[in-house]
Amino acid sequence: MKTTQILIAGFGGQGILFAGKFLAYKGLLEEQQVSWLPSYGPEMRGGTANCSVILSEEAIGSPIITAPDVLIAMNLPSLKKYEDAVVPGGAIYVDSTLIHEQVARTDVTVHYIPATQMARDAGAGNLANMVMMGHVLQSCPELSFDGTETTVQKLVPAKKAALVELNLKALQLGRDYEG
Amino acid sequence: MAERVLMKGNEAIAEAAIQAGCRHYFGYPITPQTEIAAYMAKRLPKIEGGVFLQAESEIASINMVYGAAATGARVMTSSSSPGISLKSEGLSYIAASDVPAFVVNVQRGGPGLGGIQPSQSDYFQATKGGGHGDYRMIVLAPATVQEMASLTVRGFNLADKYRMISMILADGTIGQMMEPISFQDIQVETYEKPWALTGTGMERPHNIVNSLYLKPDELERKNFERYEKYAAVEAAEAMWETYQMDDAEIGVVAFGIAARVAKNAVAAARSEGIKAGLIRPITLWPFPKEVLRQAADQVKAFVSVELNMGQMIDDVRLCTGCKRPVSLCNRTGGMIPSPDQVLASIRAAVKGGN
Repeated sequence: MKTTQILIAGFGGQGILFAGKFLAYKGLLEEQQVSWLPSYGPEMRGGTANCSVILSEEAIGSPIITAPDVLIAMNLPSLKKYEDAVVPGGAIYVDSTLIHEQVARTDVTVHYIPATQMARDAGAGNLANMVMMGHVLQSCPELSFDGTETTVQKLVPAKKAALVELNLKALQLGRDYEG
Repeated sequence: MAERVLMKGNEAIAEAAIQAGCRHYFGYPITPQTEIAAYMAKRLPKIEGGVFLQAESEIASINMVYGAAATGARVMTSSSSPGISLKSEGLSYIAASDVPAFVVNVQRGGPGLGGIQPSQSDYFQATKGGGHGDYRMIVLAPATVQEMASLTVRGFNLADKYRMISMILADGTIGQMMEPISFQDIQVETYEKPWALTGTGMERPHNIVNSLYLKPDELERKNFERYEKYAAVEAAEAMWETYQMDDAEIGVVAFGIAARVAKNAVAAARSEGIKAGLIRPITLWPFPKEVLRQAADQVKAFVSVELNMGQMIDDVRLCTGCKRPVSLCNRTGGMIPSPDQVLASIRAAVKGGN
């Protein structure tokens, strides 16, 4: 039985829900059981946003994540809020452009990725979320970078084809980042 | 294997309704169910005979449902808790007129305007009345996005079969979350509607849809007849799921999202040697009394897990004749219990405490 619980958190507008949707779609295409649960309501656009994605080989019980295996923190309030909830031995991914503090925990693997800066430098200003995803897929043993292209093609509507290229570029940037 | 797609629970309801033959949607937006209206607004105008109408209020929309239902159309509305309160007068009229209608309540925290986070605090309203007078609605409680679709289709089928309102009683979590879903096993049933207001064509007497009976003996007879129908529904249509109940000593009872949290807790309890099991009512009315009655002969205690101050627990006590202690494990106001909280309640039930 393998179940991976992934919590993505940041500001509204950072593409937190889209990043989660990307993971969920990837799981779907890989014939896994998946659940995607967003925070909803007034926190959108500027407030905090988070998204819980569970990938599993068996039917998923509660879609609510109380102890994530993987935390992807895209701003400091999110890191502060969820850092302690990560399971011992889990992983925390930090956007180090926006978060200047170090993770205090020593019983988890921590990855610092200057995703916002990387996306900006590459002319993909809004796609820090996908830079993070690229690195998560590459480095997280439970996940894999394979199949990213198909997933992006499935997720981005055909009439926005230019965005497919941009998303893939951001994902590859994250994959190739060697902090 | 049929193609699985990812959909939000709310969207799954809307798509399933269309596949079930619903061509008329009347509603008024409210979080956390607005995706249903949005989906219908996009799809229904493109389908032959499809009508999407955002009414000026909840009260107007439920009366539009009443009107369309009287013509025999498959029709629906959807809302969330405060909106359902507004619709409740219309629900009573629809029930009293014996026309079929399909209603969705994606619950949010109450009472009053409350909040927008998930809740199950409209259990009483859905299963005991809401509107005035002696009436019942078939109440279906999905726990997965797949069930949002399958129970929607079932809801339309049952509404037509019994000329009743059927209601999906979901919550913000199931409405907002996405899960893979397949529409392969959708089974639409159709029923003749000789009672419908379709125009006589000068070939039959007028049909009348009405809820006004000023003669008490006539109204009493109507109610007696209606309750015979309700008895038939109770005998035939209860649905439930059990998990790990075969040798269970602690029976956890939960529906909807609470049942999913409870399932995790039951698995955790099993892994520490506690014989816990889960009974998940899928129909809240008719309540699956028989399975609970039988469980009362087997378990030492029940734990009712709910997102409210304890509503379903009354039905658990009633249908088990208070034979075993029933404790409540709950959060409310938009909060959801964690599996650990449910596990703690299971442990307490083992020790005999509440």
